[in-house]
Amino acid sequence: MRSRWAACALATAAAFTATASDWASVPGGPFKSALRYEDAPAGTEVADFQLMQAPVTNGEYLEFVRAHPEWRRGRAPIALAEARYLSHWEHDLAPGPKAAREQPVTWVSWFAANAYCESQRARLPTWQEWEYVAAADETRRDARADPAWRERILGWYARPSTEALPAVGQGPPNAFGVKDVHGLVWEWVDDASALLVSGDDREQGSADRRQFCGAGALAMDDRDNYAILMRVAMLSSLGAADATGNLGFRCARSLP
Amino acid sequence: MRIAVAALLTALLAATGCSGGDGSASPGPEADTGGSAKGDFGPPQGEPVKAVLTSPPQVPPPTGRSAPAKVIVELEVVEKEMAISEGVTYTFWTFGGTVPGSFIRVRQGDTVEFHLMNAPDSKMPHNIDLHGVTGPGGGAASSFTAPGHRSRFTFKALNAGLYVYHCATAPVGMHVANGMYGLILVEPPEGLPEVDREYYVMQGDFYTTGRYREKGLQPFDMEKAIDEHPTYVLFNGAEGALTGDKALAARTGERVRLYVGNGGPNLVSSFHVIGEIFDKVWFEGGSRFQENVQTTLIPAGGAAMAEFHIEVPGSYMLVDHSIFRAFNKGALAILKADGEPNLAIYSGKEVDEVYLGDRALPNLEAVSQAAAAAKSGELTLQQQVDAGKALFAGTCSTCHQADGKGLEGVFPPLAKSDYLARDARRVPSVILHGLTGKLTVNGRDYDSVMPPMTQLTDDEVANISTYVLNSWGNPGGRISKADAAAIRAKAPAAAQGAH
Repeated sequence: MRSRWAACALATAAAFTATASDWASVPGGPFKSALRYEDAPAGTEVADFQLMQAPVTNGEYLEFVRAHPEWRRGRAPIALAEARYLSHWEHDLAPGPKAAREQPVTWVSWFAANAYCESQRARLPTWQEWEYVAAADETRRDARADPAWRERILGWYARPSTEALPAVGQGPPNAFGVKDVHGLVWEWVDDASALLVSGDDREQGSADRRQFCGAGALAMDDRDNYAILMRVAMLSSLGAADATGNLGFRCARSLP
Repeated sequence: MRIAVAALLTALLAATGCSGGDGSASPGPEADTGGSAKGDFGPPQGEPVKAVLTSPPQVPPPTGRSAPAKVIVELEVVEKEMAISEGVTYTFWTFGGTVPGSFIRVRQGDTVEFHLMNAPDSKMPHNIDLHGVTGPGGGAASSFTAPGHRSRFTFKALNAGLYVYHCATAPVGMHVANGMYGLILVEPPEGLPEVDREYYVMQGDFYTTGRYREKGLQPFDMEKAIDEHPTYVLFNGAEGALTGDKALAARTGERVRLYVGNGGPNLVSSFHVIGEIFDKVWFEGGSRFQENVQTTLIPAGGAAMAEFHIEVPGSYMLVDHSIFRAFNKGALAILKADGEPNLAIYSGKEVDEVYLGDRALPNLEAVSQAAAAAKSGELTLQQQVDAGKALFAGTCSTCHQADGKGLEGVFPPLAKSDYLARDARRVPSVILHGLTGKLTVNGRDYDSVMPPMTQLTDDEVANISTYVLNSWGNPGGRISKADAAAIRAKAPAAAQGAH
């Protein structure tokens, strides 16, 4: 499956490079996740990578489905993108007023997001990469200890999502030159399906977690960091074909 | 050893003597209902029933069933901005669009097919833990539901009682603090005794980044929640949810039952109805009742049924008797009872007259003289001072002392006061508007609270002020009734920030 998409992507990638989002170069470093990875209790080393400065927009995604008819609404197999895939677009190739060009694309499945990134000769960021970038504020690469950082994330949670999403790139970039990490949409990550968090929060740390595999029986290491915790809960509630009105994505690239 | 055996025998005899089981509604003190082990009345019978869900403060009608049924409950999670107080909004996460969530009513032995829907425009995944469920997590792990999805699980309601349900998704405390709780009543097989009115009230504590009643959309404050310092403590999710037009209604002669829950997340409620005594409280929402209860404790994540008969019309206030929560954080609701007064039971106010206590009695004469003189326009300075002295003894001397010297560091002195000397009008102003905060008098700092004495008439304020100004080395001066009236009407500018 993966190789098929990759092949498609290679054929048309040249057409996209000009319109694709700008990329930020993210210097790697040691990182202690809010999650407890049993195989790396002391933290991990994040390698240098590139990340789109802003989430993928409706306009960018439209270009993608134009070039990749198999990912148009109604054509993508239901096993890869649920019935509500792009359901907020007016027509298959015309998003219409409810999905403005500059707004982040939502109602996309993990499979669709992954295919988009492959078309950009890129991939979805891993959870660790995403969390690493999300730890920053405008001036610091790791602002997680600052209550103000947490408060800002919370401010978004406290806003009901009945209003239209703002355009991407409105706010200032963070210390990595990346925008909209918080406060706009949830974002798919490459290893979303490995974020196996129990549906009952209170079971974390019990013997039951041994039944989980994936990224090695994840549990919350920093329970105070509930802002991140909620993002994990959100991603772990979804299957890879699922889509929601608040979930978009951006792509990453490994450096050679 | 002999004594122990005898005690055992007695216990056995007592148990046998009471095991007859006459089927009465409430079990006797020695019998038990058998709990979950005796709560399975077999497979559901008849067609499935769709549960009637109600928004607070309404309660669904009794199930009226005499056999176990399959009951379908469909509950939708909705995240929405609603008023939490006048001019203040909050993004609540709700079961069914209200805080508390929809009331669910089933019968012991029912098989409940539970559908949890999460609205497509929700930001968060949610789930539900019903305390009335027998099984790990109370349904939580089986009902973890992404936005725009629906989950289903089925349980048999084995224990009768009134149970809290709530969301248990990470972080649990935040989901609960945002209003994700409600009540499910599992009726005992014979139902509950009939009453005239049933209402659904649930307490919760709320944590906003802004202060109490600070206007605008207020976000959740995790630090305050962890510290257990709520901004609001509320019945039914908003200040004023059950007051004014929305007060609970009843009539005299009626029996009222309140289904009271406490969602928390943190506080325990001392639930009390001012002016009533609960004839019965099914404490902790269980199978037995206590009679004649003034205040019942409702733990966070717990509930109780409280019942009372109304004899006298009027407004009855429901409060958390941890009383600052009622008057400073919003934990106040009203039940308004209409009907004819019953003076034999409660007279209403029969006497309202001045009581000055012993120390003012001999000088009361001076007060009435001054009042008469003021009316005829012949009030002298001396008359004012005499009347003011009598009034001062009754109202002011407790704190400022009869000699006007106050208590150093606690109650500022009025004697030789440099603070008063700077502006004579400060005296009536402080009397009428009170004075709070830091203050320096005669070189000494004070930081306390004097409440406004608005109960005093303009005459009285004028006389007390004049007495103070002409006593204990103060510079003299005179405050008239008209001065006092003007100062009463004015903002307390003169009394604030004066040092």
